[in-house]
Amino acid sequence: MSIKTRSPSIFRPRKPIDQAVMKENRALVDEINRRNVLRGAVSLGALTMLTGCDPSENETLQTFMRAVSSWNDRAQSLIFRPNHLAPTFPESQVLKPPRFNAYYEVEDVKPVDPAGWKLELAGLIQDKRPWTVQQIAGLPEQELIIRHICVEGWDYIVQWSGVSLRHFLERVGADLTAKYVAFKCADDYTESIDMATALHPQTILATKYAREPITDPFGFPLRLRTATKLGFKNAKWIMAMEVTNEFPDTFWHKQGFNWFAGI
Amino acid sequence: MTTDCTQSHDRGTRRLHPLAVRIMHWTNAVAMLIMITSGWKIYNDEVIFGWLHFPEAITLGKWAQHGLQWHFFGMWILAINGTIYLIYGFVTGRFREKLLPIRPGEIVTTIGDALRFRLNHDDLTHYNAVQKVLYVGIILVGIVVVISGLAIWKPIQFSELTFLFYDFQTARLVHFLCMSAIVGFLIVHVALAIVVPKSLLAMLTGGPVIEHQLPDATREPVSVPAGE
Repeated sequence: MSIKTRSPSIFRPRKPIDQAVMKENRALVDEINRRNVLRGAVSLGALTMLTGCDPSENETLQTFMRAVSSWNDRAQSLIFRPNHLAPTFPESQVLKPPRFNAYYEVEDVKPVDPAGWKLELAGLIQDKRPWTVQQIAGLPEQELIIRHICVEGWDYIVQWSGVSLRHFLERVGADLTAKYVAFKCADDYTESIDMATALHPQTILATKYAREPITDPFGFPLRLRTATKLGFKNAKWIMAMEVTNEFPDTFWHKQGFNWFAGI
Repeated sequence: MTTDCTQSHDRGTRRLHPLAVRIMHWTNAVAMLIMITSGWKIYNDEVIFGWLHFPEAITLGKWAQHGLQWHFFGMWILAINGTIYLIYGFVTGRFREKLLPIRPGEIVTTIGDALRFRLNHDDLTHYNAVQKVLYVGIILVGIVVVISGLAIWKPIQFSELTFLFYDFQTARLVHFLCMSAIVGFLIVHVALAIVVPKSLLAMLTGGPVIEHQLPDATREPVSVPAGE
């Protein structure tokens, strides 16, 4: 899971949507959304009076809110405990398959061809030679059975395995004193995490879910998996990884979500 | 200078609601409104009860991220203001003076009076037993809403705290129930402030000047059993 279309619709069901039904009724759903927008526009005035603030994406307000969000990034990095482990769970509680989530529907996933795929490395890394699927498969494997928590409020138990990111960063000679590790994904998604989280013992580059190779919708061939971040931080279909001191802006952060997104 | 000095020492000129209390009250009111309405926005993205969605018109933030921005801005105001309020309440003795003692018998009497519309609001400086229970209760709920909020904000960093609520979803449920209690309190609180406008006015202007009751004066006479 991780990321998904942010819908304000009150019509959204609790359970994952049956995609076939969605397709058949696409026109109707669009119509409902349009009506919601109109209704929202009418109620904007009422809300402004209620709160004394413009609730829209007002530029001044956004500048302020983003500054608060940056402040919250710092607060979160201060309370981050580098060696504090997230609770783990028995294998019997794992949800199989995992829940799909992205900023588009599952049928729009473009599978990555493993033959042509290579993990590109950039930035403050000594050995920048790209890695193939086979090379990564040869790395030591670590398993995490942890609670996945989405920014929306739902959660479930996941079972990911792959190489420890700390191990991988040490292996390629990354500058572990750098500030950020950034990821570029096959679907043009961008994500970045702080170095402390990258080095956390429960942060891995995952290649398997529930002991089986990751399938296409969930990030094959390589994805990030951390126990200390909200779901959307766990980049899927990773194409390139960069170690840097320049803040690498990210897909959801650009849209106003908190960058650190720690849990 | 002498006058200032005298006044600051003369507790007899103290108002029912000192300026500090009024500032904290209205700061809290704003913070609570931000937290409740942005919380509804966040809730709508993943409802706890399938039958309950909050109308978008009364939620704060255009999209989910804006609701989150408001919530994680408001939390600082709420938590800092609330912490200062608690310290103030204990240090100045305001809590003990206004909210204690609570006698079960008085609660029954007050409820009976209220049902017969016989509540006396002439004396704003004295809270009846039901008011005391509600004010103590809402302060406790305020503490729990912040703690459960921390537990769902940082379920890993504060995993020990989250465990107190059993797990992430139960902490989330407690957070929601606290919100419900606060909204319920708010409805009664605002309704009564409208029914008794001078109580609302007092929270703006400070209200009547009250005699400072020394702690000794408020204390119950200690009845020492004289032998047998």
